Amino acid sequence: MLLTLTTTYGPATDLGYLLHKHPDRCQAFPMSFGQAFVFYPEAGAERCTAALMLDIDPVGLVRGKSTSLEQYVNDRPYVASSFLSVAIAKVFGTALAGQCNQRPELVATAIPLTVSLPVLPCRGGEAVLRQLFEPLGYEVTAQPLPLDDQFPDWGNSPYFAVNLHHTVRLADLLSHLYVLIPVLDDEKHYWVGDEEVEKLLRHGSGWLSHHPARETITRRYLKQQRQLTRLALEQLSEGDRPDPDAEEAPQAQAEEQLEQPISLNQQRMAAVVAALKASGAKRVVDLGCGEGKLLRSLLKDPGFEHIAGVDVSHRALERAQERLERGFFSPTQRSRLNLFQGSLTYRDERLSGFDAATVVEVIEHLDPDRLASLERVLFEFARPQVVIITTPNIEYNSRFAGLPAGTLRHSDHRFEWTRAEFQTWATQVAERFGYRVQFHGIGAEDLAVGTPTQMGVFER
Amino acid sequence: MNITIPELALVVLVGASGSGKSTFARRHFLPTEVLSSDTFRGLVSDDENNQAASRDAFEVLHYIAAKRLAAGRLTVVDATNVQPQDRKPLIALARQYHCIPVAIVLNLPERLCSDRNQQRPDRQFGAHVVQRHVQNLRRSLRSLKREGFRHIYELNSLEDIDSATIERQPLWTNRKAERGPFDIIGDVHGCCDELEQLLETLGYRAVETEQADAPFWQFPTYRHPEGRRAVFLGDLVDRGPRSLDTLRLVHNMVAADTALCVPGNHDMKLLRKLKGKNVKVNHGLEQTLAEIDALPSDQRDEAIAAMRQFLDALISHLVLDDGRLVVAHAGMKAELQGRGSGYVREFALYGETTGEIDEFGLPVRYNWAAEYRGQAMVVYGHTPVPTAEWLNQTIDIDTGCVFGGQLTALRYPEKTLVSIPAQRVYCEPVKPLAAPAGVRTIAAPPLTAQQQHDDLLDIADVLGKRLISTRLQRQVTIRDENAIAALEVMSRFAANPKWLIYLPPTMSPVATSKHPGYLEYPTEAFAYYQQLGITSVVCEEKHMGSRAVVIVCRDEAVAHRRFGVSDEGIGICYTRTGRRFFTDPALEAELLARLNAALTSSGLWEQLQTDWVCLDCELMPWSVKAQGLLRQQYAAVGAAANQALSQAVAQLQQASDRGVDVGALLPYCQQRQQLAHQYVDAYRRYCWPVTSIADLKLAPFHILATEGAVHTDKTHTWHMQQIAQFCQSDPDLLLATPYHVVDLNDAASQSNSIDWWCDRTASGGEGMVVKPIEFVSHTAKGLVQPAVKCRGQDYLRIIYGPEYSTPENLERLRQRGLSKKRSLALREFALGIEALERFVAGAPLRQVHECVFGVLALESEPVDPRL
Repeated sequence: MLLTLTTTYGPATDLGYLLHKHPDRCQAFPMSFGQAFVFYPEAGAERCTAALMLDIDPVGLVRGKSTSLEQYVNDRPYVASSFLSVAIAKVFGTALAGQCNQRPELVATAIPLTVSLPVLPCRGGEAVLRQLFEPLGYEVTAQPLPLDDQFPDWGNSPYFAVNLHHTVRLADLLSHLYVLIPVLDDEKHYWVGDEEVEKLLRHGSGWLSHHPARETITRRYLKQQRQLTRLALEQLSEGDRPDPDAEEAPQAQAEEQLEQPISLNQQRMAAVVAALKASGAKRVVDLGCGEGKLLRSLLKDPGFEHIAGVDVSHRALERAQERLERGFFSPTQRSRLNLFQGSLTYRDERLSGFDAATVVEVIEHLDPDRLASLERVLFEFARPQVVIITTPNIEYNSRFAGLPAGTLRHSDHRFEWTRAEFQTWATQVAERFGYRVQFHGIGAEDLAVGTPTQMGVFER
Repeated sequence: MNITIPELALVVLVGASGSGKSTFARRHFLPTEVLSSDTFRGLVSDDENNQAASRDAFEVLHYIAAKRLAAGRLTVVDATNVQPQDRKPLIALARQYHCIPVAIVLNLPERLCSDRNQQRPDRQFGAHVVQRHVQNLRRSLRSLKREGFRHIYELNSLEDIDSATIERQPLWTNRKAERGPFDIIGDVHGCCDELEQLLETLGYRAVETEQADAPFWQFPTYRHPEGRRAVFLGDLVDRGPRSLDTLRLVHNMVAADTALCVPGNHDMKLLRKLKGKNVKVNHGLEQTLAEIDALPSDQRDEAIAAMRQFLDALISHLVLDDGRLVVAHAGMKAELQGRGSGYVREFALYGETTGEIDEFGLPVRYNWAAEYRGQAMVVYGHTPVPTAEWLNQTIDIDTGCVFGGQLTALRYPEKTLVSIPAQRVYCEPVKPLAAPAGVRTIAAPPLTAQQQHDDLLDIADVLGKRLISTRLQRQVTIRDENAIAALEVMSRFAANPKWLIYLPPTMSPVATSKHPGYLEYPTEAFAYYQQLGITSVVCEEKHMGSRAVVIVCRDEAVAHRRFGVSDEGIGICYTRTGRRFFTDPALEAELLARLNAALTSSGLWEQLQTDWVCLDCELMPWSVKAQGLLRQQYAAVGAAANQALSQAVAQLQQASDRGVDVGALLPYCQQRQQLAHQYVDAYRRYCWPVTSIADLKLAPFHILATEGAVHTDKTHTWHMQQIAQFCQSDPDLLLATPYHVVDLNDAASQSNSIDWWCDRTASGGEGMVVKPIEFVSHTAKGLVQPAVKCRGQDYLRIIYGPEYSTPENLERLRQRGLSKKRSLALREFALGIEALERFVAGAPLRQVHECVFGVLALESEPVDPRL
């Protein structure tokens, strides 16, 4: 809600000309979300500071969205966000466009400027902040704000008090702020539409195309709108196409990033498909199919005549549906697939009649005391010929550089098992329900700790 | 001609075009009972006479007929039906739904039909059509019986048709008007000594039979002085020593209308033997035959005739007490109840087998009761079991008397069991009684059949749109999309469903206050209840913690026996969405142990005659559960607000100091800064670090249920007093909630309460909850909100935002709609109480779970979260 802009370029009060705002007046500008004010806390020949302050109406922000469950205790009135970009464009529009009739030479001159943002939300932390501003030549100082000084163990808030110093043309600085503040905040107060691409390209012209973090900037600026991101990235990169399927729930993304160096997920899918092929299964149900990665592999193979994807998350199923629709599958191919919501802790008639069931990276999302239900649902009632279960091997966690010791790979994992734990469980389950089980490792094997993922193939 | 048809029948009209079938149908049946092929041709093609549409028309007709028959509705098919291939699918439908097929043939001269068609402009299809119809019909007449029609009525003239009357007869199985009370008695198998003893125990007295209809029946008749009646589940004879006396006793009671009886497979086998059929004499039939052989030879024939007559008249199964009770020898699936067909009779006598043979050489019985979802209670016998146990509203009360077990009766409607042990083993069972095959035995002590069955819930019992009947509100609808959300939460996060016998309802705030500076004020709570005619309310301090439902058992054995859980400790503490409250099991165990100790030392177990209790509580501090919310939301906003506003104030001050006119902006920002401080203070009060149980406070406010009782029949003062008593036993952990009663007719009482509220909220209290003194109140308009909350001015900052209280913000916030929240609160309350009632009554878990799942589903309804 507050931004100050200081210059020491003499005479410093010329900043008033550049901004088209008189240093001795406090001016108000009506905005759709409240009001913006410009005033100068100091205006001397050596040093002049302009302040842009927003008064965002907190009640107006949420009224009218009666059915939305959005939080009403909101940081928006207090932090630097896309509201600030809107205010920059409106209040300092002429300066942003690089126009000043009184001081035309000053517009083209790089002058020493310091921007102070007392509350800047930085999604991704200080590293991202530096990643965004340092390549543009800024000297960055950032002070994290503690959540509550009475509760030091709560740690820091996602906000930083930030100073950015650079000798730069004012118009350039304003366009950097215009684009990068919402990027750091990673949240837009308005609907992101096609015109955003145009805005991004306009305000990013001259610097964004060679910014090393341009992909992050583009993706975040367009707020994860995949289509738009691709459109913008294509225009920026001219030729080398980025991966169109870069979208994932942030949680899973974190897990994936962790495991990425070995592209474990692909190996896992390949191993599961190979085990299915080896078993000769024609009717396969993927339990906990998520967004449908395995389903897509299965659909490509006509040997799988009937494929069902089951997940407890309806949202995941919708996304699976969307992805499969984008996957260029013919209606005949798609007719082999059936998606439905189901749970592994309830007995379910619809799970009967399959040759094989796959349970890929699912069991670790269940509380250990609920596993008994899963065992009965799967092995006693659904009872396919083949069951394939994969789960992380916790022993391997020590080999992930990014994972602090004692932490599980995904915050929703209720447990991760050693090889011995998994095998004990699986053997006992197999015995109880009349299956044979074989174990395989997935991913690069480490002599001491085994493979990152372990797989049990049950047959009866 | 008087045509008698069973009340549940598929009536097939057979007649040529123009024979007057539609007129006949209109005269004798409801319009909705008649499915006319003409109508369906019209529906699918806009032309009732379009023969090209016949195929589609009949497809729809058959579909609707199937739906009607499945629902137990008499159905009349008005089509020519003159060819066997027309009737074949109809006979198949009747068989599929176990309804009786009836043919009514309108056999008129061809000429008459043709003439009638001539007079109708839409039926100009030539005489040859009618001619063919009539020929087909005449050819059909002889084959109708063979095709499967149970009743065939021929109307051969206009006079026949005009004078025909139709009488609907109740099915023999329909004895819904018999309301009991009953004493239902399992398989006797000739154990007449035990039967006599059982009847005596049940209060029946033997009197001399006044007029036996045959000398064979010379035997006393048993009567109950209060008019109770016995219901015999069949298998009266074979294996035991006194089969004929058993027959005499039961016959005489049936004849005197002091008993009802359904046949068992042994009785029917005896009947076939008595009818001279060739049956294999084994499984105890030899004993019965020996008894008959021992009769004086001059009485034997007459005795056989009497027995034949009695056994022949027995009806496969009976539907009693308005459909609430079904009795049959081997049980009865829901879709067969009250129906009549060979299959129904077979099922009643033998049940169903899976086709497999067990290790004792006996057929493996298909466990229909495990899948039973019907409304009616089903009482049956046939399969000897060590003890009679409920499973999904069904109970097998054949406790194997003849094998040395017991003879058992179920009192209805009391649902109590009365047993007489066998005097000796009359017959060695092939399979030992003690170990029922095919049932998984979990750790000792064994769980009940119902608990074993409940080990796993079925998704079909929760998914999709559901209507749940509750005691407090007639029916609560759960929408499909809400069930979807609830399934996800239940599957991913909730604790073992066996523990989840209740979820708390949402609570509405008071109506918005007009009091300056306040959004909520106690006056509105009082006015709300007063206007509903309630005179006394209780005001309880609202604790700012997290809602917790706590179940504590006296020991782990109780948890196992009553909740069917193994190795899960003596209880549980779970949140409003059914998640375990604590991630640290040791902390939970410690809390439960402390609570257990407090309940023990205060004598609550004895006082409420229970060994478990379910409490509705608030657990403090708020920060123990709301860590995520606090850090990501509340503290973050506070940190941002303080930093942003103090910077703004500093910058404005600096500008103002150097002479810039900043107008009202500086004081405005200073005021906002002040509000931000108040906001931070508000949430801080509810936070303190928790390192051990010493930092926790548990404030119970409802004793929801204990063994045999849901305590919604007590006043809130009772709850508060009981709770205060056991809280004294452990004041470090347990917090008795401050409360007071307000007499709504007394202004002083109201204003004292308001003062109390102002006082508490000014010193950091969240506010109070106002409840009618009775736990459950109804008015003419229905159920009354069980509680409304009235929250303090500062507390609401953490709900409405730091700056909600400025006059211009407050004015806008006053417009808030409470009706959706209130409607949800009532539905959730009704469901929560229903879940408890069902659990306490020992209902199957799925019926408890259905309600709890319903609360969770309703909680996923989007509603203004600030309310």
